[in-house]
Amino acid sequence: MNEGRSPAFYALAAFFCLFVLFMYGPTIVIFVLSFQGPSGGLTFPMNGVSVHWFEKLWVGGGIVNIWGAFGRSLELGVVVMLLTVLLSLLAGLAFRKRFRGSDLLFYVTIASLIVPSIVTSLGIALEFRLVDDLIKKYGPEWLTDGFHTSMGNFTSGLGAHLTWTLPFGLLVMFAIFNRFDSRYEEAARDLGATPWQTLRHVILPIILPSLVGVGLFGFTLSWDEIARSSQVMGEHNTLPMELQGLTTTVTTPEIYALGTATTGVSFAVIAVALFAIAILRARQTRFGSDAGKA
Amino acid sequence: MSESAARLPMQAKPIEATKPARNLDRFGVPGWLQAMPLGLVFAFFFVVPLILVVIVSFWDYNDYQMMPAFITRSYVESFDGCWTNFPDCTILRTYLSTAKFCLIVWILTLLIGFTVAYFLAFYVRSQTMQMVLFLICTIPFWTSNVIRMISWIPLLGRNGVVNQLLVHSHIVNKPLEWLLYSPFSVALAFVHLFTFFMVAPIFNSMMRIDRRLIEAAYDGGASGWQMLTNVIIPLSKPGIAIGSIFVVTIVMGDFITFDVMGGEQIASAGKAIETRLNALQFPPAAANAVILLGVTMLIITVLNRIVDIRKEL
Repeated sequence: MNEGRSPAFYALAAFFCLFVLFMYGPTIVIFVLSFQGPSGGLTFPMNGVSVHWFEKLWVGGGIVNIWGAFGRSLELGVVVMLLTVLLSLLAGLAFRKRFRGSDLLFYVTIASLIVPSIVTSLGIALEFRLVDDLIKKYGPEWLTDGFHTSMGNFTSGLGAHLTWTLPFGLLVMFAIFNRFDSRYEEAARDLGATPWQTLRHVILPIILPSLVGVGLFGFTLSWDEIARSSQVMGEHNTLPMELQGLTTTVTTPEIYALGTATTGVSFAVIAVALFAIAILRARQTRFGSDAGKA
Repeated sequence: MSESAARLPMQAKPIEATKPARNLDRFGVPGWLQAMPLGLVFAFFFVVPLILVVIVSFWDYNDYQMMPAFITRSYVESFDGCWTNFPDCTILRTYLSTAKFCLIVWILTLLIGFTVAYFLAFYVRSQTMQMVLFLICTIPFWTSNVIRMISWIPLLGRNGVVNQLLVHSHIVNKPLEWLLYSPFSVALAFVHLFTFFMVAPIFNSMMRIDRRLIEAAYDGGASGWQMLTNVIIPLSKPGIAIGSIFVVTIVMGDFITFDVMGGEQIASAGKAIETRLNALQFPPAAANAVILLGVTMLIITVLNRIVDIRKEL
C-alpha cells in the first residue's frame, strides 16, 4: 500500500513528529530550566546558566532529606526488579504447561492492572493495619515490645509495587514464549538433558535479552510509582511521593533539578538495559551457529 | 531493544498464553508450583486486600478507630443528599465530573494513539525503524509521571512560555489564567501521560493484521479511506478495546493528576477516597472504593459489549 511516498505519509509523519515533541518537549524544558542561574525563577527567561540548584539539591538545603528517599526508592526499585524478573519467569514457564487455576491466575493478574491503584493501596493498608492489631493483641512479647507497625517499604510497599510490575512482567513473558520455538528444548530433551539443564543451557540463553526488558519494566515502574505507594509506605516515603509533596511547597528551580536528577536515573537505567539487550543480541548472532559446542 | 518487550504487554491473549507447548506438561517442575510465587503475591497483596475493602466498607467507625460491624452507614453517608436533592448531590457530581474527563481523555487519546500507531504500522517501511520509533514513544512511559506533570508548569504557568508567546504576539492582552491548575491542564496531562496506553495495544493489533488482506483490498480497488474504515479499523478493534479499558480505568481512579494539575480544586472519584483516607476514616474510604470499583467494572462491561456487538455485525 505504500509504494512511493504519498501525501498521507507526509501528513502522518508530521503528526508523529508533533506527537514526539508533545511527549518530550516539556521534559526538555525542565531539563533546561534546572540549569537556571541562582537568581532565576520557575519560568523563562534564564537568568544565566549555572548548576546552582543542583548544588543546593546536593547539600540537601531546603528539601528535607531527599537523599534518604532517593536511596530508599533505589533499593526498592532493585528488589522489585529482581523479584519481577524471577517471579514472571517462573510463572511464564508455568503458563506454557497446563495447570489447575491457570485461567483464574491470568484474570487476577489482569485485574491487578485494571483495578484503580488507590483501591489496591487502601486494601493493602487495611490488611496491614489489621495484622498490626492482631500482633499487638496476641503477639509474643518479644514481638510486641516496642512494636509500632508492620507496614514499611519492604513489606506492604514491596507488595504494592509487585501488584503493579508483575502484570507487565507476566504479559511480556507471554509475548516472549509465544514466539519461542519449543523445538529447541525438545531437541535438548531428546539428547538427554534434564529439565534444569534445558532451562539453564537452552531456554535462558535464548530469552535473556527479553528478560532484561522485563527487568527494565520492573525497575522503572517501581521507581516512578506513587498511586499504589500512597497508603502503604509507612513512615518513609519514596522519592516520587516526596516529589509530589514538593510540587505545592517548593517555588524554586530546585524542584526542576530534582526532576532532572530523577529522570537522569530513569534514562541511565533505560540506556544500560537497551545496551545490554543490544550486546546480548549481538552475541547470540555471533555465537548462534556454535550453540552446543562451547 | 528486544522486540517483545518493546511491543509490550498487550500482545498476549489468554488463549495463546495458556496454550501449552507440545509435550511439556510432564517435563520438569509442575506448572502450579512454578506459578505459586506469583499467585501468592497476588493472593496476599491483591485478592485479600480487595476482600478486606469490601468487608471494611460495612464496618462502623468513630474519630479514632474502625469497629467490626455490619452496617451500611458508610454507604448511606456517601450518598448523602442523593435521595432528597436528586440529582444534585456530591457523589453524583463527582462521578459526573470524573466521567466527563474520562470521555474527553478517551476520545483524544484514541484519536492521537490510533494515528500514531497507524503511521508506525503501515507507513514506516523498515522493521528496525519501526522499532526505534516505537521505542521513542515508549521511553517517556518509563520516566516519572509526576515529573512529566511538573514539566508543564514552566510552559502553562501565568508567566509561562505559552502566555509569554500569546501576550507578545498580541493574541491576548493579559496572561490566560485557565492554562494551569484547571480542567484544561488536567485533561492535557492525562493525554500527555496516557496516550501510550493506546499506542501500544493498537500498534500491536495492527502489526498482526495479515498484509495480504490489505493487498487484497488494494487490488479490489479500495481507496485509502475505505481500506482504513473497512479493513484496518475493524481488525484493530482488540487493541482499541484494550487501550480504551486502560485509559478509562486510569482516569476513573486517578487522584494524583487531579491533585497536581488541578491545583487541588477539582473533585474526582479517586480523590474522594483519598480525602477520607487522609481523615483516617477507613470504612467510608472503603465504601467509596467499592462504589468506584463497581462503576469501573460497569464501564469495562459496556466497553466489552460495544466491541463484541460490532464483532457480530
